[in-house]
Amino acid sequence: MNQRVVANKITKKFRGVTALDEISFSVNEGELFGFIGPDGAGKSTLFRILTTVMNADSGDALVDGFPLKEEIKIRSRVGYMPGKFSLYPDLSVQENLEFFAKVFGTTVQENYSSIKEIYVQLEPFKDRRAGKLSGGMKQKLALCCALIHKPRVLFLDEPTTGVDPVSRREFWEMLARLKQGGLTILVSTPYMDEASRCDRVALIQKGKILEIDSPKEITSKFPLNVIAVKSNQMLKLKEDLSTMEGKESVHGFGEFMHITMKKENVSVTDLENYLKQKGHEQIEIKNIEASVEDCFMYLMERSE
Amino acid sequence: MNTVRENIIEVKNLEKRFGDFVAVNQISFQVKSGEVFGFLGANGAGKTTAIKMLIGLWMPTSGKACVAGFDVFKESNSIKKNIGYMAQRFSLYEDLTVIENIQFYGGIYGLRKNILNERAEELIAELGMESFRKELIKNIPLGWKQKLALSVAMIHKPKIVFLDEPTSGVDPITRRQFWDLIYNAASKGTTVFVTTHYMDESEYCDRVSIMVDGKIEALDTPSNLKKQFGVQSMDEVFVRLARPSGAHV
Repeated sequence: MNQRVVANKITKKFRGVTALDEISFSVNEGELFGFIGPDGAGKSTLFRILTTVMNADSGDALVDGFPLKEEIKIRSRVGYMPGKFSLYPDLSVQENLEFFAKVFGTTVQENYSSIKEIYVQLEPFKDRRAGKLSGGMKQKLALCCALIHKPRVLFLDEPTTGVDPVSRREFWEMLARLKQGGLTILVSTPYMDEASRCDRVALIQKGKILEIDSPKEITSKFPLNVIAVKSNQMLKLKEDLSTMEGKESVHGFGEFMHITMKKENVSVTDLENYLKQKGHEQIEIKNIEASVEDCFMYLMERSE
Repeated sequence: MNTVRENIIEVKNLEKRFGDFVAVNQISFQVKSGEVFGFLGANGAGKTTAIKMLIGLWMPTSGKACVAGFDVFKESNSIKKNIGYMAQRFSLYEDLTVIENIQFYGGIYGLRKNILNERAEELIAELGMESFRKELIKNIPLGWKQKLALSVAMIHKPKIVFLDEPTSGVDPITRRQFWDLIYNAASKGTTVFVTTHYMDESEYCDRVSIMVDGKIEALDTPSNLKKQFGVQSMDEVFVRLARPSGAHV
């Protein structure tokens, strides 16, 4: 399979603080690849380096076959949507688009087909200044501007941060359609639940990759049993589970607590008896599959 | 649990217009003292506008609202002194140290020097931040910043604290520790008014309201909301309300 991005031991420090620590990975042609991790994990720095906006201290990468020093070649082959809105607020929607087309030596007409599906939603506002658009519309315009020169690799830095759950869902559906068109996409996000939208993900924390695989593989590799528990006293439940023998970790997950245990220690009956004895009622216990968030926390706790 | 708790927020037909645009459309609700109240809604639904009116920053167009016993129309300055507010992004000064930030905010809230010093020590001890005391904010880990920002927003021991997406972008463990702090504040009687885009966090609230196009379309406990809509998760409740037609953009 063709690899569109191959990174080899990319390292970057800022005033002695390591932002990226020997990051290596590869992304295949047509893949939707996610970097999942919190703010400060190094996601934006990595994307800046791969789009040649910033230099790495050491390590190298091939982007669409070109090493990072071939800036001009890479820039014409990648689309990059930074986390912060970075279009010209005083130019209209159409002017922004034309500007980006021109910079890349093309025209909006020539490549209209590649943005048509997204742009039709913006068309009613084409004369509005970009700065006056709603958040969702700004994002669509930024995406159009990143796509107008038909890039072979698209980098999206936290496109869904601070976006409500429904709009996030819609954004991922849009990405799925772009992927179907054959585009290779690298996207970063702090939302663990979005991992399932990607073909493969890298879990990243403090400049290190904790794990790379398909979301399904990551969750199936989870070495512990996960049990979801609920009772009529959730605060007390957390305390009681935290002091229980044989448990590895206890974390809140919405209306349930997730407790992880070594496989040999699991007994739902024992757990239920223990909780009854502690005075819990309306107890609900179920064995569940680990989520990506369970895995992330497990890997985080082990790496510290 | 049978003690009758007072309403710390009372809102009746509150409205905010910008020209012809109705950003907040006749919303009414109450929040009880000590409650953890989740204020949800899609981007652009009017949450931020509503919060700005409640914390005394923006004058409503019409309606009534009382926060911590003060009228938003006439006593907005008293409101500001009696509430805490933590914005989406850190409200701490990056080039000041931990202790300088605490002193700065304490000063703004008019705490006397001896009280402020006492409070600052208490706070540093509670957070276990002794070793960071003289560290610049920009040099301390993100999770600590978040926790410090919350404590600083409550340095004057307000009756109510407004948190606008406090956990946005935070790692999953810190996100949960942050909710421990929220519960801790609530257990001491502080009312917590919080917005979030994490639907699992909405489950941690006593009650949740969901705004759609300027109106509050649902308000209840998470379990009642799920029952009402016949779904398993708050995520589904949110989707039902925010895109009632099921239409996809």
